[in-house]
Amino acid sequence: MELSVYPNQQLLTGLTAQNLHVLIDPMTIEKIKSMSKRVFIAGGAGFSGDRFDAAVPLVTHLANCDGPRYLIFEVLAERTIALAQAAKTMDPQAGYSPYLEAYLRPVIEQIEKHNIKIVSNMGAANPLAAAKHINRLADEFGLPPFKIAVLSGDDLSAYLDEQTLLGAPTMEGNRLAGRDLKAANVYLGGDAVAKALAMDVDIVLVGRTTDSALVLGPLLHEFGWADNDWDKLAAGTICGHLLECGAQVTGAYFADPGFKDVPALAEVGFPVAEVSKSGDFVITKPENTGGCVTTATVTEQLLYEMHDPNNYIVPDVCVDVSGLYLTEDGVNRILVKGIKGRPRPTQLKATVCVDGGFMAEAELSYAGMNSLARAKLAADIVLERMKKSGFNGEIRRDIIGAFSVLDGGNEPVGQENNLPFDGDYRVRLSLISAEHETAQRLCDELQHLYCSGPAAGGGYRSSVTPQMASASILLNRTLIEPHIAVEVIDG
Amino acid sequence: MTHLPEMRLLPLHAIAHGRAGDKGNVSNVSLVAYQPEAFPFLKNHVTADKVHKLYTHLGASGVIRYDLPLISAFNFVINDVLDGGVNASRSIDRHGKTLSYILLSRFITDIPTELIPEGSPYLDPNFCWQGF
Repeated sequence: MELSVYPNQQLLTGLTAQNLHVLIDPMTIEKIKSMSKRVFIAGGAGFSGDRFDAAVPLVTHLANCDGPRYLIFEVLAERTIALAQAAKTMDPQAGYSPYLEAYLRPVIEQIEKHNIKIVSNMGAANPLAAAKHINRLADEFGLPPFKIAVLSGDDLSAYLDEQTLLGAPTMEGNRLAGRDLKAANVYLGGDAVAKALAMDVDIVLVGRTTDSALVLGPLLHEFGWADNDWDKLAAGTICGHLLECGAQVTGAYFADPGFKDVPALAEVGFPVAEVSKSGDFVITKPENTGGCVTTATVTEQLLYEMHDPNNYIVPDVCVDVSGLYLTEDGVNRILVKGIKGRPRPTQLKATVCVDGGFMAEAELSYAGMNSLARAKLAADIVLERMKKSGFNGEIRRDIIGAFSVLDGGNEPVGQENNLPFDGDYRVRLSLISAEHETAQRLCDELQHLYCSGPAAGGGYRSSVTPQMASASILLNRTLIEPHIAVEVIDG
Repeated sequence: MTHLPEMRLLPLHAIAHGRAGDKGNVSNVSLVAYQPEAFPFLKNHVTADKVHKLYTHLGASGVIRYDLPLISAFNFVINDVLDGGVNASRSIDRHGKTLSYILLSRFITDIPTELIPEGSPYLDPNFCWQGF
């Protein structure tokens, strides 16, 4: 008989670890308890600007869970670390998530009280400074300092020279040589996060790891899965993949009113995974929160940012989800099974960021009779003047309301007569240039149309923002592994 | 007697949903059948070639389709479609997050009405998008 660890199936069999003691000796009970041990992991943020109060219901939920409890915050996009690196250069105490306090303040007392461990990449380019910030916050609440592990080794600029980094062939095929290096970070895996947890800490702060490693790490630590138990490593990775984007698995980023309705999105519950030693897991969410967990929400998130489902590569394992299947295990509970894994890659992926010039974006609105023609004329005037000024690069023209994001800014062929002639349109022009001056000129030229363009253009807005160009390179893991280190901050 | 299903000219939005994700200059668009019964229909009709044509105006250089019958889903990996990727694109939507709705909206074909999920507005024979 397979002893299930999932409540509904327990009801069916009538057997739980609690009532088994009348039948079986204590040794066996311990064994069954260990078999039925579950680890609870909640996803408190899916990107750097995610909801600051989302973790509050998660912490309440976790407090009532019987087993190790973890809360992860995934807040580090591809280029965020390069921006953080730049911030650290300006100020050695900066370079970590500016939202650290916004995320932790609402839950810090509860995580301490209920011994909920935090694993997060909030540390970005400066996890040490982030750790100190957390303990200043703890002090403010009159809490004892947290024991915090800081993982390093992802920052390649610390141990590889610039020429090696810029000279490596990129996966995208673009050349980086000769450009100004901003940051280079290798994606570390769950094994590195587990190494940090092994220091018996309350909080782990990492820089760049794969997002799923924030979840795989705790699972490796709690279950002691062998480093070649590929199916389990794969299951833990997919569990992390499903949690890493926060509410994207619990009904957010999903609603399509009338077709895919989601209740109470304003109070959407963020996800919790209940993971068993076998690697099977349930995705659920706290009670009395909005959103929903269904096979549809889980399927959409499963394939999010995935290429080959038979070969999803992370540092710890190559994952195959072709045999994955989902079953309902109660309301807002989806059981995930059937994940397979194959040996880990010999190379690790790194993101190299270089200076990417400046992006100009400028917008102006036209509305009412003949607005589409007026909007197009406005764009044409600016394009002509940019050309006359000597600019030979590409300028993207969107007419918001007519053709923009889905059309690459191009007017769809044969659709001219389908667009309302009297619509509410917004011209948007954009370019990327190595020169700030060129970027600013595009904005200025559109602004000039206030007085020097077609009739009734209004609502000019613009921005010129520094850009970070990035590329991926592959490095032998033997080059990286000796540099992975854990530092513990206690007090 | 052979059962001939009632057919209507509809977008894939009537029988499937999806999400777009980005990695570099590559977008992946998932297509998930509301009902498992729609999977074989989608498998026969929504080929990588046809999907490629829907994205060529954005620069797509090729499309690979992966089939996941156990979860009634497909994954379309669309290369070179993001104007260089999130850090290089001049699009308003640098991640291409809106791109799933090209597949859902612009792939229009004769669809057996029995594949439309219960409660869907598309079940109403008079349902019509403005201009559709």
